[in-house]
Amino acid sequence: MVSGRSDGRRLPTAVKIVIAGGFGVGKTTMVGTVSETRPLRTEEILTDESIGVDDVSGVEKKKTTTVAMDFGRITMQEEYVLYLFGTPGQERFWFMWDEVALGALGAVVLADTRRLSDCFPSVDYFERRGTPFVVAVNCFEGAQQFDLTEIQMALNLGPDVPVMLCDARSLASCKKVLIDLVLHAMKTRGLVPETQKA
Amino acid sequence: MMPPEDPAQWPERPQQEYPPERLLDEHVGPMVRPYVMTSGRIEPTRGRFDLITLVVAAGPEPDTAIGLGPEHLAIVRLCQSVTSVAELTGLLDLPVATVRVLLGDLLDKGFITMQEPEPEADMHDIRLYKAVIDGLRAL
Repeated sequence: MVSGRSDGRRLPTAVKIVIAGGFGVGKTTMVGTVSETRPLRTEEILTDESIGVDDVSGVEKKKTTTVAMDFGRITMQEEYVLYLFGTPGQERFWFMWDEVALGALGAVVLADTRRLSDCFPSVDYFERRGTPFVVAVNCFEGAQQFDLTEIQMALNLGPDVPVMLCDARSLASCKKVLIDLVLHAMKTRGLVPETQKA
Repeated sequence: MMPPEDPAQWPERPQQEYPPERLLDEHVGPMVRPYVMTSGRIEPTRGRFDLITLVVAAGPEPDTAIGLGPEHLAIVRLCQSVTSVAELTGLLDLPVATVRVLLGDLLDKGFITMQEPEPEADMHDIRLYKAVIDGLRAL
């Protein structure tokens, strides 16, 4: 086992939060809004073997596919570093989701009321996996203000899953979503938050 | 063992599988392929290297004489401060699998140390949640 020490100094522990949701819903925007550094992109090259379960008709010549994920970093005091990962846009890269969701503190499912069904797979995934998550409705300009209870019902969410409005471009709004997520994750894991004010 | 006196018994030279002109094809382009950097290896010799495994340079300054490529040295340079595997792949613009193999080499040779993330089962440390909330509030 490799010790996490360098020159007797303990390395910080990394924590991650996953930002999921349909294509174009604002995942990368949210990552960029809260990240202390320029968001980076990590790429995984897939071979035909790993995407064998997909329908590749019409792309027979294609030998590899690249899956990209955007992510950002927030340093928390000395001890922890928080990473925010935007999930790969296409749902077919589930195995990448597994890698990203493994060990995640929790997940934010971003939703767009104009295409609410786009976030069904994300909700379904985190429900099945048991990852604590919140649903944040990204309020695009011109998007109608929806009743959050209606959205909760439309997504068939349990009463415990927090649903909130947000603006992925606003730091204050993203902060609130993430703090609410952490409080929710604490509650889900049986750790009662000290203060409920968020 | 090879009998040196009798050339007839020497094993046949391995067939050259790829004629050199094929490798010098103009369509190959200037990019060094990721599998060349890892000598064809797809798994690191040591370490698991999650995307958020943190890595920091340790020990002596490496030099090229010990079988490290420019990508290895670039990683050590980036790891002067604590850096995650994901950040390394983003900064070097290399695939995750490639960076994992290179990190395995560096770990093996003692040029880096690493800190694996908390497994999900250990997500019950209330200090972690408090630190994250405080950090988010401070943004």
